[in-house]
Amino acid sequence: MSTPFHRPASAGLTIPLNRRNFLLLGSTAALVTGCGGGSGVGGPQEDAGGEFTGTYDGPPITLDYWNGFTGGDGPTMLAMTKEFADAQKNIDIKNTTIQWADFYQKLPAAAQAGKGPAVGVMHLDQVASNAARGILVPLDDIADEIGLAEEDFLAPVWSPGIYNEKRYGIPLDVHSLAMYWNKEHFDKAGIDEPPTDAASFDEACKKLQAAGYKTPFWMPNRWPSHLMFFSLIWQHGGEPFADDGSEATFGSEAGVAALTWMREQVDKGYSPENVDIDAQYLAFKNGENSITWDGIWQINDLKEADMDYGMAPIPTIGEQPAVWANSHHFFMTSQAAEDKDMSDASKLFISELSQNSGRWAEAAMIPARNSAREDASYTDSPQAALDDQLENFRFLPSVPGVADTIAPTLEVAVNEAILGKASPQEALEKYQAEATELMQENLEKFGG
Amino acid sequence: MAATSTSTAKRPEAPPGAPGPRETRRRVNWLPWLFLAPYLLLFGSFVLLPIALGLWISLHSWDFTLPGKPFVGLRNYSELLTPGTGEFERFWNAMQATGIFTAISVPLLIVIPLAVALVMNQRFRGRNLFRALFFAPYVLGVAVVGVVWRFLLDANIGVVNYLAGLVGLPDSTPWLTSIPETWIALIGVTVWWTLGFNAVIFLAGLQDISNDLYEAAKMDGAGAWVRFRHVTLPGLRPVVLFVVMITVIASANMFGQSWIMTRGGPGQETRTAIYYIVDTGLNQRAMGEAAAASWLLTLVLMLTSALLFAFARERGPEKGADR
Repeated sequence: MSTPFHRPASAGLTIPLNRRNFLLLGSTAALVTGCGGGSGVGGPQEDAGGEFTGTYDGPPITLDYWNGFTGGDGPTMLAMTKEFADAQKNIDIKNTTIQWADFYQKLPAAAQAGKGPAVGVMHLDQVASNAARGILVPLDDIADEIGLAEEDFLAPVWSPGIYNEKRYGIPLDVHSLAMYWNKEHFDKAGIDEPPTDAASFDEACKKLQAAGYKTPFWMPNRWPSHLMFFSLIWQHGGEPFADDGSEATFGSEAGVAALTWMREQVDKGYSPENVDIDAQYLAFKNGENSITWDGIWQINDLKEADMDYGMAPIPTIGEQPAVWANSHHFFMTSQAAEDKDMSDASKLFISELSQNSGRWAEAAMIPARNSAREDASYTDSPQAALDDQLENFRFLPSVPGVADTIAPTLEVAVNEAILGKASPQEALEKYQAEATELMQENLEKFGG
Repeated sequence: MAATSTSTAKRPEAPPGAPGPRETRRRVNWLPWLFLAPYLLLFGSFVLLPIALGLWISLHSWDFTLPGKPFVGLRNYSELLTPGTGEFERFWNAMQATGIFTAISVPLLIVIPLAVALVMNQRFRGRNLFRALFFAPYVLGVAVVGVVWRFLLDANIGVVNYLAGLVGLPDSTPWLTSIPETWIALIGVTVWWTLGFNAVIFLAGLQDISNDLYEAAKMDGAGAWVRFRHVTLPGLRPVVLFVVMITVIASANMFGQSWIMTRGGPGQETRTAIYYIVDTGLNQRAMGEAAAASWLLTLVLMLTSALLFAFARERGPEKGADR
């Protein structure tokens, strides 16, 4: 999620067009209600009987809660928050929803001025940076106190919430890239099964072309092309960044192979040249292309567009399955930790919302908590199609500042190579050096 | 304070019974400042102070989210001025993009609005509608303009290419992903967007030129071109200088269009200086570097302004003679 959200959302509402949030923007409360086909089940009562029965018995208190759920995920979060506040006599929640891009700029500034929230949600790849800034407090003790344990969560998101051997985030969900296809096109082309590897993907594109869909798979050169790149470099056994944040390694052989495959889709004619920002997704919604890779957060938008689409894990182009993923994590601020009541209430909030996160699937996310994934609002959801792929979800390393280096370096390299302005190798090598330089500066900055 | 002494000097002509000279001086000393105070307060706190603070920040490794902001002396500047560093390459690439944009858009934004203003200045039916049409886009914010044109100019699903295809022109021009098409798009959109503003200023300038001059010129047998060359242009000279200055500054500050329409692409070709500063300062949170870059950009702009003024002054006497 990192990069697009870092771009300042300067003047207007219309700017964040190529972020997932925008694509969810249209889907409001109505959609969420419509989407909650299975939401009657797994309400709070059932989950309340879980392992943690903590209550808050301090004086009346108001918790500031910040998040960036500005899209179709907003109403679901508000409903979850309200449920909590209604059940608590003495805790009131003041919800503040800010565009993610602004969120990551405002949070540090506000926290330093002592005007930040008590609790909030942020992306996993931002946790390390903000922990390094001293804005977050370790939640290890909280995790113990409220009885959260690794076995309650998806393994791949549990460990990346750890920075410097301390846990700073409690996972709410995971979200990844997925492959969407137009069912009508697949039927016409006689494709019964979604492609699962490079060969079947190629074959599917050929069949689609034969069926009259000249450009079945538009290759973006902007968002989410770098997420596709991450998925593919991992599939080829590479790593985009060193785990300790000391250098960028996306120019490796695996990286070149990944980017070469992406450009090939253009050379083979599956994608037109020069796909503009968001065009691949808009074209998909308009039935102008047949396959697109995008985040699972698009589900609500496609549902609203009345699209007859299929969704599956992205095919394994490299040697092993892997897909880029990110995760929303609850955090508590050091500001809240200073006050016993505030910190107790915050812990309770995080614990309760985490336990009742089953309905979070309505926001087109995959709940991180194992028990929540048994909830019908998840098992009946489109994203449940990725359920047996969860172990292949891959995350960027938890190192401060890494997420910030992607936009000016890797994204530009991917852009240049897919546009054919530079060969994948040239582009990656050049920007790998620049990324390493920035990462070194970040290490120095956050270390010192 | 030259103004003050002039006005005190004039005071003796004031009606009898007016306060004595000493009192007068005191009052006249403070009155202008009093009136200026609200503006000066804003100017000081939102212009002067940030400029000074920017200089201070540029001498530090300044991340506003970290408690430590170590002093680094001139390192931020030396990195921007030393070939081979990533900062140097990114910054000067951005300066080059700004330079290209300014060099092409400024002449267009002088000539076209002037032509439009000349037409607007004629008497014809529907003149007000014509004036409104040209000014209308300027009312829109850069976000609206950028997003609308991004969709119109989309290479594969945009209306512009679709229409071009209908009339037999190339229908897959990459307006937003290739050089030089991208510059044509960005400059074209900017001209469309802002020409109304310049045109209105020119129009005001045109209406300021006395009709007597035109009549006199006509009497002397001057044709339309000669009247334009020897009456209109000299009469407009101060206005032209003003418009050139504000257009150069506006163009050098271009950011929104490329941020929204091209994301600085293809590659980093349309990443302008302000784009670089915003990205470095707010996204990378390297405020020190961003502040140093701002200062360098400011210096370049000041130099450009000085050159323009020098150029204008050189031709000044001619103007005086014309008037």
